[in-house]
Amino acid sequence: MIWLSVIVSGVLLGGFYALFACGLSLMFGVMKIINLAHGDMAVVAGYTAVFLVPKFHLPEVWSFLIVVPLFALLGYVVQRTLFQKSIERDPFTTLLVTFGLSVVIENLLLEIYTANAQSINIGSLIAKSWQVNQTIYISYLSLTVLIVAVVVLGALQLFLSKTNTGRQIRAVSDDREAAMLCGTNYRHIFGIASSLAFATVALAGIAQAMATSIAPYSGGANLLFAFETVVIGGIGSLWGTLVGGMLLGIAQQFGAHFNNQYQLLAGNILFLVVLAIRPQGLFGKKAAMS
Amino acid sequence: MSVEDLTPVDQAITVKRNQIPVAYTLAGAAVLVVFFTWAPWILPASAVTILMNFFILVIMATMWNLLAGYAGMVSIGQQCFIGLGAYATLYFAIKGMDPFVAIPLAVVVCAVIAYPVTYLLFRLRGGYFSVATWVVADSAMLIIGSIAFFGGGTGHYLPGLTNLSFKVLGHDTYLAAWFVALFVVVATYILLRSRMGLVLSSVRDNEVASRSSGAKVTSTRRTIFIVAAAGCGAAGAVLAISQPFIQTGNEFNLQWAAEMLFASMIGGLGTIEGPILGCVIFFVLQQSLQNYGAWYLIIFGAVAVGVAIWQPRGIWGFIRDTFHFELLPVGYRVIGAGVRDQGRAGISPWRGLRPTKSTPPIEDADSP
Repeated sequence: MIWLSVIVSGVLLGGFYALFACGLSLMFGVMKIINLAHGDMAVVAGYTAVFLVPKFHLPEVWSFLIVVPLFALLGYVVQRTLFQKSIERDPFTTLLVTFGLSVVIENLLLEIYTANAQSINIGSLIAKSWQVNQTIYISYLSLTVLIVAVVVLGALQLFLSKTNTGRQIRAVSDDREAAMLCGTNYRHIFGIASSLAFATVALAGIAQAMATSIAPYSGGANLLFAFETVVIGGIGSLWGTLVGGMLLGIAQQFGAHFNNQYQLLAGNILFLVVLAIRPQGLFGKKAAMS
Repeated sequence: MSVEDLTPVDQAITVKRNQIPVAYTLAGAAVLVVFFTWAPWILPASAVTILMNFFILVIMATMWNLLAGYAGMVSIGQQCFIGLGAYATLYFAIKGMDPFVAIPLAVVVCAVIAYPVTYLLFRLRGGYFSVATWVVADSAMLIIGSIAFFGGGTGHYLPGLTNLSFKVLGHDTYLAAWFVALFVVVATYILLRSRMGLVLSSVRDNEVASRSSGAKVTSTRRTIFIVAAAGCGAAGAVLAISQPFIQTGNEFNLQWAAEMLFASMIGGLGTIEGPILGCVIFFVLQQSLQNYGAWYLIIFGAVAVGVAIWQPRGIWGFIRDTFHFELLPVGYRVIGAGVRDQGRAGISPWRGLRPTKSTPPIEDADSP
């Protein structure tokens, strides 16, 4: 029974990780870049919810209504200015630029808001949970996050497969030159993909700030979780991301069950094992690796 | 007018490496070596400490430059080997060895660990490789942090230094940092002038072409990764002695990766001189902003981002390409009648990687 509880909490954690990871996966799929400041964007979103949203006299639970659209806009702007410039140089530059950005963001948060952890106050909701049996509790918040993750992934999937813009995103992702020949403005498409990525990661950051807490340096750990989720699930597979997140969550809970110190290590080990045995991930295609 | 005047004569073309006569370079190097070896006796103790930290960063930046600037591997997990080097030194010191003697052993430990790690990491490319190096560093930190022998997360004092007086310890640590830095820079220079340097520059210009000409690309990359791991291990060992309280959060800090990356980026990737110049700039900035918390890192990072976008050759690359001048050349220049001195004909960083503005870059499938 105790193992079932480990698995349930791991699956719930997987919702968080999938939310963190889908933006990273999308940006890699479309632009072939890894945004090393991805995790920091979640932290900035959390800080925005903590420090900016109260100024609008909105209950903090609803902060995502402001922060997510704001981050969608920010994603478009950052892509069209900073990221586009570095993509035009070469793939190298994007790594250096986003890493630099990550360090700058973390230290700016540290200087402005001190090293203290921050969280979004959601009142009594944080403690409410659904008791399945004596050992298994499902917190409403974690369950909501998991449902949100599934809805977001489903909506993304629908958006990519059904809408005109989604088709263009897939076209650019498959073959940029051919898409351009057919009249697609690839820079605009990059902007849209990036804005989706920023919006989802903002949602993840807010969920994290609600459930636990965020600190200036949490961005690095967030990026690692998102990255491990993407690689375990399979590069370029959205539903793989969900499964990858759940597997990562289960592995971490499994490690934490023995010793709290082993929580992160167990996740890393699962990642390294997947990398050794099946580098394209569980649901990935080999072609996506290059 | 005879026929001979009309036919092109076989013009003499010479290929040269050095612009400055080698004797001058060596003399300059000798002066620097004497000065920095003498430094602890003529400079105040605070300056010696700054110089020591400077040399530790020079080691790291030179190694990172070798990895990213020459071999194209953007690692953000080099703090892994800094930490492992520090902890290997700690291990040997606890076992009763003189920490200074343990430095070369720590280097060997890092190289040995790096070898199998490459087999995992080399399955990934580009950005995925970068984050995977970080995962490896994170795992190493977590594993070391869970070993009670090393004091777990709280850390451990490096034994074996108490018999030295404060002054002697300071001098010895400085000299260790300086000699390791000197060795690392000279060894990197020799490595890049060797066949391996040639392979690296050919891979950077066109990987497919160099593979098809028989260059052993993967094994060269592997060697470079191991060398960089060993170098960072040496930096970590010296760092451990200089601190000398060793903690996972400190030795495996991502900040090391940030500093070595920014320093080589600003100074100029793909040059020997650049990372050293970047370290000088870093320390000037850090010392002048030392009362303002982390602002030095914010400014340094912002400048590095700007350099990466607008001036990817870095400061030394700019000097080199503008004035056709190199202190420590690794390539050759073609000089002869009719051929203008083209600066360098050997390694040109980012060539072939940088598309013109009008055309978007094409991801050529990197054949693994």
